[in-house]
Amino acid sequence: MTDVTFAAVDKSRLAVASQWQLMWWAFRRHRLAMVGLWVVGFFYLIALIPGFFSSNDPSAQNARAAYHPPQRLHIIDEAADGSWKFNLHIRPYVLRRDPTTLAAIYVEDPNRKVDIQFFTRGYEWSFFGLFKSNLHLIGTGDARQPLFLLGADRLGRCVWSRIMQGTQISLSVGLVGVFLSLLLGVVLGGISGYFGGKIDFSIQRVIEFVLSLPTIPIWLAMAAALPQDWPATLNYFMITLILSLTGWAQLARVVRGRFLSLRTEEFVTAARLDGASEGRIIFRHMLPSFMSHIIASITLAIPAMILAETSLSFLGLGLQPPTISWGVLLREAQNIRSIATAPWLFAPGVAVVVAVIALNFLGDGLRDAADPYNK
Amino acid sequence: MLRFLVTRALWMVPSLFVISFLAFVLIQLPPGDYVTTYIATLAASNEVVDQNQAADLRQRFGLDQPMIVQYWKWITGILLYGDFGLSFEWQQPVSELIWERMALTLVLTFSTLLATWGIALPVGIYSAVRKYSIGDYVATFFSFLGLAIPSFLLALVLMYLAAVEWGQEVGGLFSEKYQTAPWSWGKVLDLLTHLWIPVIILAVSGTASLIRVMRANMLDELNRAYVTTARAKGLSEFRLLMKYPVRLALNPFISTIAWLLPNLVSGSIIVAIVLSLPTAGPLLLQSLMAQDMYLAGAFILLICALTLIGSLISDILLAIVDPRIRLE
Repeated sequence: MTDVTFAAVDKSRLAVASQWQLMWWAFRRHRLAMVGLWVVGFFYLIALIPGFFSSNDPSAQNARAAYHPPQRLHIIDEAADGSWKFNLHIRPYVLRRDPTTLAAIYVEDPNRKVDIQFFTRGYEWSFFGLFKSNLHLIGTGDARQPLFLLGADRLGRCVWSRIMQGTQISLSVGLVGVFLSLLLGVVLGGISGYFGGKIDFSIQRVIEFVLSLPTIPIWLAMAAALPQDWPATLNYFMITLILSLTGWAQLARVVRGRFLSLRTEEFVTAARLDGASEGRIIFRHMLPSFMSHIIASITLAIPAMILAETSLSFLGLGLQPPTISWGVLLREAQNIRSIATAPWLFAPGVAVVVAVIALNFLGDGLRDAADPYNK
Repeated sequence: MLRFLVTRALWMVPSLFVISFLAFVLIQLPPGDYVTTYIATLAASNEVVDQNQAADLRQRFGLDQPMIVQYWKWITGILLYGDFGLSFEWQQPVSELIWERMALTLVLTFSTLLATWGIALPVGIYSAVRKYSIGDYVATFFSFLGLAIPSFLLALVLMYLAAVEWGQEVGGLFSEKYQTAPWSWGKVLDLLTHLWIPVIILAVSGTASLIRVMRANMLDELNRAYVTTARAKGLSEFRLLMKYPVRLALNPFISTIAWLLPNLVSGSIIVAIVLSLPTAGPLLLQSLMAQDMYLAGAFILLICALTLIGSLISDILLAIVDPRIRLE
């Protein structure tokens, strides 16, 4: 099998390659996983600098743009004399009232046009308070002519910019939550698998118990216990903590299984005979040999966290506005009347689905590549 | 076998105790109690409740006692008299409010379980037997999509399509005519015509992961020597599949009931809230918000008990299918 998997790689390089190098070569062959890696990388880039990717201030309300539909992008700019050239622009919408129902309708104004500019100046955003910038990937360069790529919500806030901003919270909830679960999972699973016996038995019962709990009612009850008036950051950490309190059991199981199978390996016995301490055996000899599996399990646990946060926030028990996450944004789409008027409010849901699929592909690829020696 | 069953069932008793205590602590966690919420609602409509009245109310509901005493009263009431306490908000015994909703939750969960298996089994087998065919790619594509779409989003999209495209309201489990009517054949039929929408929504994510599991299991089995032997002996392809590899591949399938059930119950809560189904979900959310603690506690306790029973059933089925497990 090895020959087939690494056909592209020179034999002599294969023999001396490190484990991580072998993993990378195996991973690269998994095409969907590579796509997943790019998409996930792009999403985390957005999460790092959401301000750059937004075109309007995500919290700015605009009474004259309530439920503004997504603007149509025009590519071809036709002049009066019939000549044309490529020029990306929009035609601003004007607000009309339906004469009978008095409902608001937005109509494209055919006489005006606003050019779309890349790397333009706009509202000022800050990078974690370290520096400030007003550079944006895409915009109109004119605050009076906002660009609504994905329309606007009930209060006239730009849905596109809000999704960009929400990426930061939604994706980091996954990372922080998984990190906390990992901490619990590795410590408890490791103890359980390494020492065995009575300790293993009791930790196993706890894990089984946690796994048999239906997560949502427990989350709901815990999230309902959080005071509504807590500061946003504290609320955020409590929510991730709640999510990881049930998430660690799965990881602990994986870690325990690995420890059990490694405990009797020769290299562990050799290390013990050499007089290495327990800590050294665990962290220096055993942990590296199943690190790759843990990484794959983590990648597959992140999407579950993201979905959980989205669901909780959607129900109004997770993060609270003005914090922006994909789940908070989807609350806008909660009732049938608002989605019937403004179906573009589903857009944050699309972001969730794409991110989760990409993370699943990435995790699948990592899992397949995790054990390059066994193939 | 009997010994296995008895030890396994006995393990449930301490688990249930821990769960009941956990449920009680959880619903006690929010600052304040029902009386605080009650006063807040009254204050919102400009009524004033003085401190004496509040103290009276607390005493009447037993909220002034230490938590462990309240828990003791609660749990002994349930165990000895089947009395789940009084719902503050509804001013009715909890048991009158929950049983019909729990029964409907159970109906919904089991229909979903059946639908999940009904779809995932054949599709998973097909995907494995016709590996890398168009059908396999389609199944793989949909199973990845199914894993990624949160069920409430699917419910919302379906509601949107039904309202905008077909001009129909989706939601609830009964037509208006039967909503408060007593149970009859007509009501059961009415339930069946409404049930399939939430069932499909809920089945999607479970089906998606089970297709992957079934496909992987089948692929492991299909290359075994016994399959070649059976084929060489002239067994028809269908009988061969059903008789050997499918039976073996089913083994891990049964063990997934243990986690499928909690997942289904959890998922059904959110979907039920979106589609406003008369199941446990919406009332649980409402009671948690209002700190109606006995009602919320009863729901959490029963839902947890349901999932524990689910994992017990799964263990028993596994022991029947795989004798090795019994002997361990």
